[in-house]
Amino acid sequence: MNDMRKAQACVALCLLGALLFNYPFLALFNRAALFFGIPVFYVYLFAAWGVLIALMAYVIERKDE
Amino acid sequence: MLNQWTIVAAAFSYLGLLFAIAYYADKRADAGRSIVANPWIYSLSLAVYATAWTFYGSVGRAATDGVGFLPIYLGPTLMIALWWIVMRKILRIAKQNRITSLADFIASRYAKSALLGGVVTVIAVIGIIPYISLQLKGISGSYLILTQYPAIVMPQQLGALPVFEDTGLWVALILAAFTIAFGTRHLDSAEHHQGMVAAIAFESLVKLLAFLAVGVFVTFGVYGGFGDVFGRAAGDERLRALIAPIGGVAGGYASWVWLTILSMFAIMFLPRQFQVTVIENTNERHLNKAIWLFPLYMLAINVFVLPIAFGGWLHFPQGGVDADTFVLTVPMAEKQELLALLAFIGGLSAATGMVIVETIALSTMVCNDLVMPILLRYKRLGLAERADLTWLLLGIRRGAIVLILLLGYLYFRIAGEAYALVAIGLISFAAVAQFAPVALGGLFWKGGTRNGALAGLTSGFAVWFYTLLVPALARSGWLPIEIIERGPFGVELLKPLALFGLAGLDQITHAMIWSMIANIGAYVGVSLAGRQSAEERHQANLFVDVFKSDERPRFWRGTATAPALHGVLARFLGEAGADESFARYARAKGLVWREVDLVADGELVYHVETQLAGAIGAASARIMIAGTVKEQALTIEDVREVLTEAQQVVMYSQQLEQKSKELEKATSELKAANERLKELDRMKDDFVSTVSHELRTPLTSIRAFSEILRGDPKLDLAERMRFLDIISKESERLTRLINQVLDLAKIESGKLEWNVGDVDLRRAIADSVDATSRLFQDKGVRIEVSVPEQVPPVVTDYDRIIQVLINLLSNAVKFCDGARGLVEVHLAREGAALRVDVRDNGKGIAPKDQSIIFEKFGQAGDTLTDKPQGTGLGLPISRQIVEHFGGRLWVQSQLGKGATFTFTLPVAAGAPEPEREAEATQ
Repeated sequence: MNDMRKAQACVALCLLGALLFNYPFLALFNRAALFFGIPVFYVYLFAAWGVLIALMAYVIERKDE
Repeated sequence: MLNQWTIVAAAFSYLGLLFAIAYYADKRADAGRSIVANPWIYSLSLAVYATAWTFYGSVGRAATDGVGFLPIYLGPTLMIALWWIVMRKILRIAKQNRITSLADFIASRYAKSALLGGVVTVIAVIGIIPYISLQLKGISGSYLILTQYPAIVMPQQLGALPVFEDTGLWVALILAAFTIAFGTRHLDSAEHHQGMVAAIAFESLVKLLAFLAVGVFVTFGVYGGFGDVFGRAAGDERLRALIAPIGGVAGGYASWVWLTILSMFAIMFLPRQFQVTVIENTNERHLNKAIWLFPLYMLAINVFVLPIAFGGWLHFPQGGVDADTFVLTVPMAEKQELLALLAFIGGLSAATGMVIVETIALSTMVCNDLVMPILLRYKRLGLAERADLTWLLLGIRRGAIVLILLLGYLYFRIAGEAYALVAIGLISFAAVAQFAPVALGGLFWKGGTRNGALAGLTSGFAVWFYTLLVPALARSGWLPIEIIERGPFGVELLKPLALFGLAGLDQITHAMIWSMIANIGAYVGVSLAGRQSAEERHQANLFVDVFKSDERPRFWRGTATAPALHGVLARFLGEAGADESFARYARAKGLVWREVDLVADGELVYHVETQLAGAIGAASARIMIAGTVKEQALTIEDVREVLTEAQQVVMYSQQLEQKSKELEKATSELKAANERLKELDRMKDDFVSTVSHELRTPLTSIRAFSEILRGDPKLDLAERMRFLDIISKESERLTRLINQVLDLAKIESGKLEWNVGDVDLRRAIADSVDATSRLFQDKGVRIEVSVPEQVPPVVTDYDRIIQVLINLLSNAVKFCDGARGLVEVHLAREGAALRVDVRDNGKGIAPKDQSIIFEKFGQAGDTLTDKPQGTGLGLPISRQIVEHFGGRLWVQSQLGKGATFTFTLPVAAGAPEPEREAEATQ
C-alpha cells in the first residue's frame, strides 16, 4: 500500500472509531442487559476496540503489493 | 510475613533491579549494540501512559462510573490511528531540528521564541504537578495500606502525620534521587536516555503482569469467572446502575466525548509521552509496530478493571474501603500475601515509571527553555563566555527534578485528599490539552504566529487555572469556598464551575469547552490579525513542509570563525563532543577536520546551532549563536542579493533552454544534410545507370545496322547508304552524349576550363542561328531574330554561350510543326542584365514537365511510348552554364501554345547604363 492510501486508511479508521465510540452507537448498547452473563455495553466496547486495533495492525503492517 | 521491612526491602530490590537494567542498557548503547532500538521496547516504553491512575484509579472510577473510565484509553487509540500521519511528521521534524522537549518543539515552530518555550514550560510544570502528586499518593497510600496487613485500614483513618514521618515526602525524595541517577548522569546531545527507556519498558511489563494477576485472581479465584461477577453485580442494587452507565452515573454522552478528546490530546502532549514517543525514538519505523501494539496493551490492562471493581464492591459490602485501593485490598482480604506484594510492586512500577520520565522531561524543559535562556541573557553572569557549562546544565536539571517532586508532594499535602486519583489526573490532562491547538496547528497550518501561539496558550491556561485549579484549592480550604458557591465577589456569572451560567456539565467537560474556545480563538484570531516575521515564516515552512523539502540552512549573514564556533560547542558538549561533531561535519563535506580550515559559512553555523539545540534547546541555542557570531539581521541588500541569485538561476535556465533549442536545430540540420547526402548518392547511382542506358541505345542501333551490312552482301547501294547514314548519325549522337556527360561532370566538379571574356550577345545569337540554319531549312521552320541596335557586353565564355543557344534553338526546331513552325529569338536589356527569349510555337510543355526537363536525362512526355528526341542533358548543361555566370534559365509554356525558354546574363561591370534608367535616376 502506498503512503497516500495508507494515510487515507488511517483517517478512515480514526473516523470509524469516532463513530463506534460515540452517540448514537453507544446508546444502542447502553442498556442493562447481559450477553452470556456479561454486560452488553462492556462486551460491545471491548469487541469494537479489539476490531479497531486489528484493522490498524492490518493497515499498518500490510506489505506493499 | 508481610511487614514494613519486607515491603521496603521488596520495593528497594525492585528499584535496584530497574537501575541494573538501565545500567546494562546504557552500557550496551555505548558499545553500539543497543537493546532499546527495537519496535517492541519502543511500544512497551509508550505504555508509561498507564500510571498509578490506571493501576489503582481506573478501578476506583469504574466502581462509581462503570465503564466511564474507558474513554481515557479509547481516545488514545483513536489518536494513534492518525499517528502514521501526525506522529511520523513530528518525528521527522524533531530529528531534523534536534528537538529536546515539547517546549522546544513548540518554541521552534514559532520562530524559536524563548518566551514561548518558557510559557510552555511553566504551563507544563504547573499542569503536571497534580499528576505527580497522584503518583506519590498512589505509592504512599498503597504502602500504608499494605503495612497494616492483615488489617485493612485506609490511610485517612491513620490521621495526619508530621511531615518527616510522612511516607509521601520520603517517596518523593527517594524518587528524586532515583530519577537524578537515571536521567542526569551525563549530557547527551541527542537527549537519548536508553537506560531509562529499557527500565520503563520493563516497568510496563511488570505492571501489566501484576494487574492481570490480580484480575485473574479476583475473577476466577474469588469468583467463578466473568459471568459470576457480573451476575452478582446485576443482582446488587448499587451496582445494577453501572451496567448501563451513561446517562446515569457516568454523566451524559457529552462528558464521554470530551473525555475521549481530552485523552486524545494527552497521548500526544503529556511531556512524558512526548519524551518517550518523540525524543527517545531511535528509528521512525518503530512507530509502525507501536501503532497497534500500544493500543493492544491498553486493551489488555483494562479488561479486568470492571470485574475487580465489581468484585471489590461485593467483597466489602459494608463500605469503608476506598475503591481506588481494591487492587491491593481484595488480595489482602483473601490473605494472598504474595499477590498483594505483587500488586504493590505493580503499582510502584506504574507510578515510578511515570515520575521518572515525567520529571526528566520537565527538568529538560525547565533547564533548556526556562532557566538557560534567562541566564544566557544576563550578560553580567558572563555565562556565554564560560569555558565548560555541562556542570551547570546537569545542576539545573537535578535541581529541577527535586523541585518538581517537592511541588508534587506539596500539592499532595494541600489538595490530594480532596479528590480521587482519576479526578486529579484529569486536571493535568486538561492542562496539557492546552498545547494541542498550537502544536497540531503548527504542524499543518503555516499561518500560526508566535504571538498567536502565546495568546492561545496563555488564555487557555488561564481558563484552565480558573475553572479547575481554583476549585481544587477552594475545596481544600486554601481559598474561600464562597468562590465556588457564589462566584468571586458574589458575581454568579463568574462561578468557576458554571462559567457564564454554563451549568449541568461535569467539571472537566465544562473546563474543556471554555478553555478550548479561549485557546483556539486567541491562537487563530491573533495569528490572523498579525503578520509573520521572516524567521516565523521560515520555521513554519520547515515544520509544515518537512516531507517536501530537504534540510536547508537558512540564509545567514554575519561574521564568525570556525574556532569560535568550536569553542561554543565545546562549552556545552565538552571538548571531545565538539571535536567529534566538527569531524562529522567535515566528513560530510569530504574534508578532514583540523587538516583543512573549515569555512564558517551559514552551513557551519547552522550545523553548530542544531548540535547546540540538541543539548540546550532551540531557543537557548539561538541566543548562544547570536552572541557568538556577529550575526546581522537580514537587510534589504541581502534580500536583493537572494533575489538576484534567483534571477540568475532563472537566466541560466533560460540560456540552457536556448542552447538546447540550438542543439535541436543543429540536429535537424544535420539530419537534413544526411538526407541530402543519401539523396545525392541515390542520384549518382541513378545517373550512372541512366547514362549506361542512354549509351546503349545508339550502340545497339549501330551494332544492328553494321551486322545487317556485313551479313547481307547483296544489299543494294541505296539501302546500304541509308544504313551507313543511320550508323553515322547514331555515332554522332553517341559522341554528343559522351561529350555532354563529360561536360556535365566537369561543370559539376568545377574542373571545366572557362574562357571568360566580354561577349557581345548579338554576335553570339547570329552565329548560333547560322550554325543551326541547316536544321531550320531541313524542317522548313522559319526563324525571326530581333535584337537591339546596341547592347552592353556580358562577361562569359563565348563557346559555352553558343552551346546554350544552339541547344535552345535545336530544341525549338525539334518541337515545331514543319510547315507553320516559327521560332523567335529576342534579345533585350532588363535592368543590369541581358535577356534572351527563344520562343517556339510547338506543342508546348505540360506544367508538370517544366521542372523535369531541367533534370539530367529528364524528358517531357511519356518516355516509355515516345521516342526520345534528345539526350536529356542539353538543358541541364545549359542551365549550369548560365548559372555559372550569374544568370538564370527558365521556361514558360502552356500545352499547345508553344514554349519560351529565357535566360539572363548580367552585363559586364563598368558597362554604360541605359539612357532611360540614367534619366530615371536623375
